[in-house]
Amino acid sequence: MIDELDPLIGYLAIAAVTVVTALIGFLAVRLSRTTSDFYVASRTVRPWWNASAIGGEYLSAASVLGVAGLILLQGAEGLWFPIGYAAGYLMLLLFVAAPLRRSGAYTVPDFTAVRLQSRTVRRLTSVLVIVIGWFYIVPQLQGASLTVEIATGLPPWAGAVAVAVIVGVIVAAGGMRSITYVQAFQFWLKLTAVAIPAIAMLLVVSGRDLDSAAAEAFPAALGPVTVDPLATTSLMVALLLGTLGLPHVLVRFTTNPDGDAARRTTLIVVVLLAVFYLFPVTIGMLGRVHASDLAEPGLADGLTLVLPGRLVGGLLGDVLTALVIAGAFGAFLSTSSGLVVSLAGVISQELAGGTVRGFRIAALGSTLVPLVVVLLIEPLGLAGSVGLVFAFTASTLSPVLVLGIWWRGLTARGAIWGMTTGALTCAAAVAIGLAMRPEAGASLDEWSAALTQPALYTVPLAVLVTVAVSRWGGGRRPSGIDRMLARLHVPEARLDDDIDGRRSVG
Amino acid sequence: MTGSALLAFLAGMALGALGVVLIVIAWRVVRGGRGLTTPAERATLETLHHASRAAAHLRGGLSAGEPVRAAKSLRALLDCDALAIADDHGIVAIDGPAALTVDAERLARSAREQGVTQAWPHSSGVARDEKGASDSTQTMDAVAAPIRIGGRASTGVLVGALVAFTSPPARASLVRAVEEAADWVAAQLELAELDASRAALAEAEVRALRAQISPHFIYNALTAIAATITTDPPRARDLVLEFADFTRYSFRRTGEFTTLADELQSIDSYLQLERARFGDRLEVTLQIAPEVLPTVIPFLSLQPLVENAVRHGLEPKEGGGTITITATEAGAFTEVRIDDDGVGTDPEALRAALAGRPTVEHLGLRNVDARLRQRYGDDCGLIVETQRGAGTLVIMRVPRSQPQHDAAGVSS
Repeated sequence: MIDELDPLIGYLAIAAVTVVTALIGFLAVRLSRTTSDFYVASRTVRPWWNASAIGGEYLSAASVLGVAGLILLQGAEGLWFPIGYAAGYLMLLLFVAAPLRRSGAYTVPDFTAVRLQSRTVRRLTSVLVIVIGWFYIVPQLQGASLTVEIATGLPPWAGAVAVAVIVGVIVAAGGMRSITYVQAFQFWLKLTAVAIPAIAMLLVVSGRDLDSAAAEAFPAALGPVTVDPLATTSLMVALLLGTLGLPHVLVRFTTNPDGDAARRTTLIVVVLLAVFYLFPVTIGMLGRVHASDLAEPGLADGLTLVLPGRLVGGLLGDVLTALVIAGAFGAFLSTSSGLVVSLAGVISQELAGGTVRGFRIAALGSTLVPLVVVLLIEPLGLAGSVGLVFAFTASTLSPVLVLGIWWRGLTARGAIWGMTTGALTCAAAVAIGLAMRPEAGASLDEWSAALTQPALYTVPLAVLVTVAVSRWGGGRRPSGIDRMLARLHVPEARLDDDIDGRRSVG
Repeated sequence: MTGSALLAFLAGMALGALGVVLIVIAWRVVRGGRGLTTPAERATLETLHHASRAAAHLRGGLSAGEPVRAAKSLRALLDCDALAIADDHGIVAIDGPAALTVDAERLARSAREQGVTQAWPHSSGVARDEKGASDSTQTMDAVAAPIRIGGRASTGVLVGALVAFTSPPARASLVRAVEEAADWVAAQLELAELDASRAALAEAEVRALRAQISPHFIYNALTAIAATITTDPPRARDLVLEFADFTRYSFRRTGEFTTLADELQSIDSYLQLERARFGDRLEVTLQIAPEVLPTVIPFLSLQPLVENAVRHGLEPKEGGGTITITATEAGAFTEVRIDDDGVGTDPEALRAALAGRPTVEHLGLRNVDARLRQRYGDDCGLIVETQRGAGTLVIMRVPRSQPQHDAAGVSS
C-alpha cells in the first residue's frame, strides 16, 4: 500500500506553491518590467527564457509523475515515453517552429483559417483544439487527485476539484496569464523537484551493490527484446507528431520576435527536456529496485512522491517529499493554466468575439468540463492517457499543420476530410480498445494494444485522405498561395530586402 | 501480433470510413430533406441554387473570380451541353469539351462585334463529348449572347459574351434563356466591379487616415534643437539623429502595419525630442510585458496617443507630469494603456470629437479610433477615461493573432 505521509508537509507544500504561483502571476509584469528606459522595455523574450517557459507549460503530470511510474511498471518499454516527449520538439524544430512564427498566427485555428481561407476549417480546428485541450487537462487533474491523496490523505476527488477551482478562478480573474517568467519559473521548480530528490536518493543507495541492483531493475529476460515493435512505433509516431499540434505549446511561439528565434528556442527546449527526463527515469529505475511493491496500475504513478521518504527518511526525507509534492502540484497548475488560457482564448474568439467577459466564462467552462470527466471516469496511467491525447493530436491537427506549411496543394476540403477521418478513426479505435480492455492487472492482449495505440495507422490514413481529397476532391486551392508560402519560409530579414518592391500594401 | 495489428488497422479503417459515410448521409438528409413537394418548387429551388453558386464564383469578376466554376453552374442552369464565357480577349472558361474552344472563340467574337444575340445552327462539327466515336459526327447548335454592362441599350459597355452549345435543334427558349443569363452575368460583374471599387476606396481612406506628423511637432522639435546647438552641441547632434529616426519611421511608404516593439522605438524618439523642450517636467514609466512586443498593430497608432497625452495632458499642466505606458496580454488580445496625470479633458468635447464632429482638438485620437474600428471592428475602438483635472487614460485593444496582416516595413 501507499505509505502514510505527514499531512502537514503536504498541505504546506501545496499551499506554498499555489500562493507563489498566483502571486507572481498577478505581479510579474509590475515587478519585473517597470522601467523608464525604452531600450529595456522593448527587449523581447530571450530564447532561453522562452524555452524554459515552454518546458514549464509542457512538462505535465505525465512527465513529473507518470514517466517514473511507467518505468516502474513496464521497465525498458517505459523509456520510450520520455524519448518521444522530448523528441517531439525535434519535429517541431524541423518542420513547424519557424514557419508558424512567421505566419503571425496565435493559435492553430488562426493558422488554418488564414492558410486555407475557410471558415469551416477554422471551426473544425477550433473544435479539435478544444477537445484535445480538455482531454489533456484530464490527466493533470487525475495527477492532482493522486498527489493530494498521497500527500494529505484527503479523498481522491479533492485534489482534482482543488486544482480545477484554483486554475479556473485565477485564470478568469486575469492572473496566471501565460506570462513567460511565471512558466519559466515553473520549469525550474519542476526540474529542482525531481532532480534534487533523484540525486539525493542516488547518493543514499550509492554504497550498495549496484550490479545486482541493475540486474534486479532490468532482468535480462525482460530486456529490450520484449519491446513490441508495432506498439512502440505507433507510440513514437503519436509522440513525435502529437507535439506539433498542442495548442498551449504553439501559443508560445508568437512570443519570439522572428522565425530564427523560434528555431533557437525549440533547440533549447530539446536540450532542457533531455536534461529533465534523466531524473524521472532515474527515479523509475530506483523504484524498480526499492519499491517493487508499488508496481501496480493505479499505485505506480505515486512512486516519485513516495520513494524519497522511503529511501532517505528523517527530516531530509520530509523536505525532499515536500519538494516533490510542490513540483508535482506546480506541474498540474502550470500545464492546466496554460491549457485553460489557450482554450479560453479559442472559445471566446469563436463564440463571444473575443471579449474579456467571454474569456472569463470560457476559462471557467474549460476547467469544469475536464473536472466532470475526471469525476466520472476511472483513471488510466498518467503517461498512457497523455499518450492517447498525443495520438489524437497527431491524427488530426498535425498532418494539416505540416502539409499546410510544406505542401502548396493542400485544400480546405482536403483538410476537413483528413481531420475528420483522423479524429473518427483514432477515437473509435481507442474507444473500442478501452472497452475491450481486460480487467486491471492483466496485461493487454494484442488486439486492444493495437487499438489503444492507434497512431501507426490513423496518422497515415489521415495524411492519405488529406492528400487524396486535396488532389482529386475538386476543392480549390486558396488564392495567393505563393505569397503565403513565401511568407512562411523566407527568413524575415531577407524578405525585407528581396521582395520589398513587390509587396502590396495592406 | 502482426496479424492482430493488421486486423486492428483494418478495423480502424473500416470504422473511420463508416463514420465518414454516416456523417455524409446525415448531412445530405439534413440538407435535402426539407419536404419538397411539387416539381415546380423543386425546379425553382434548383434554378436558384445554380444561380447563387454561379453568383458566388462571379463575385471576383472574370479575371480574379472563378469563371470556370461559374461556367459549370451556368451550364446546369441553362441545361445545355457546353457553355463558354468570354471576356474582351477571348474565352476565359469553358465547361464542356475543350475542342469547342476554337468555335466558342469565333462565336463570342462575332457576338461581341455585332452586339446582339446570335444563334448558329450546326455551327460545330466537333465531338459533342469524349464519350466515344458514335457521337463524334454529331453537330451542335450554338447560341452566343453579348455580356453588356451598364444597361441593355447600346450605351452599355460590352465586356464579353456567353456561348451555349446544344444538340440540335436549338429551341427559341434557349436563345431567350442565354440572353437572360448573359444579362444576369452582366449584373453580377457590375457587382464585382462595385466590390473592387469599394475595396479601393477603403484602401484610399486608410492611406488618407494614416497618421501624419503634426507640423506643430516638427516646428517645436526644430526650435528645441536650435536652442541646444550653441550650448550643447553633442546633445543637439543626438536630437537631430532622433529626429531623423522618427521621420524615417513616420514617412515610410510601405505597410499599413508595424509591431508594438517598433512603434515603441519611434515613441522613444518622439519623447526624446519632447523632452528637449520639457526638460525634467516629462516623466515616462513603462510596463511592457515582453510577450506582446511582437504584436502587430496599425502603423503609427500608438504614437498619436502619446502625442495626445503630451499636448493635451501635460503641456498645459504646470510642473509637467508622468505618462505611463502599459502593455499586457488580455486573453487573445494585447491591451495597451496610455495614462497621463495631466489636466484631462472635458469628456463631452472628447466624445464629440471621436464621433466625428468638426473640431481641431483630438484629431490624433479620432484618427486612431477610426483606423482601429475599420481594421478590427467596432469592438476594438479606443476606450478613453478622462475628466477635467483628473488626467486621461486611453486603452487600445488589438488581437494578438493577425496572420493576415504583415508587419513589414523598413527594419530599424
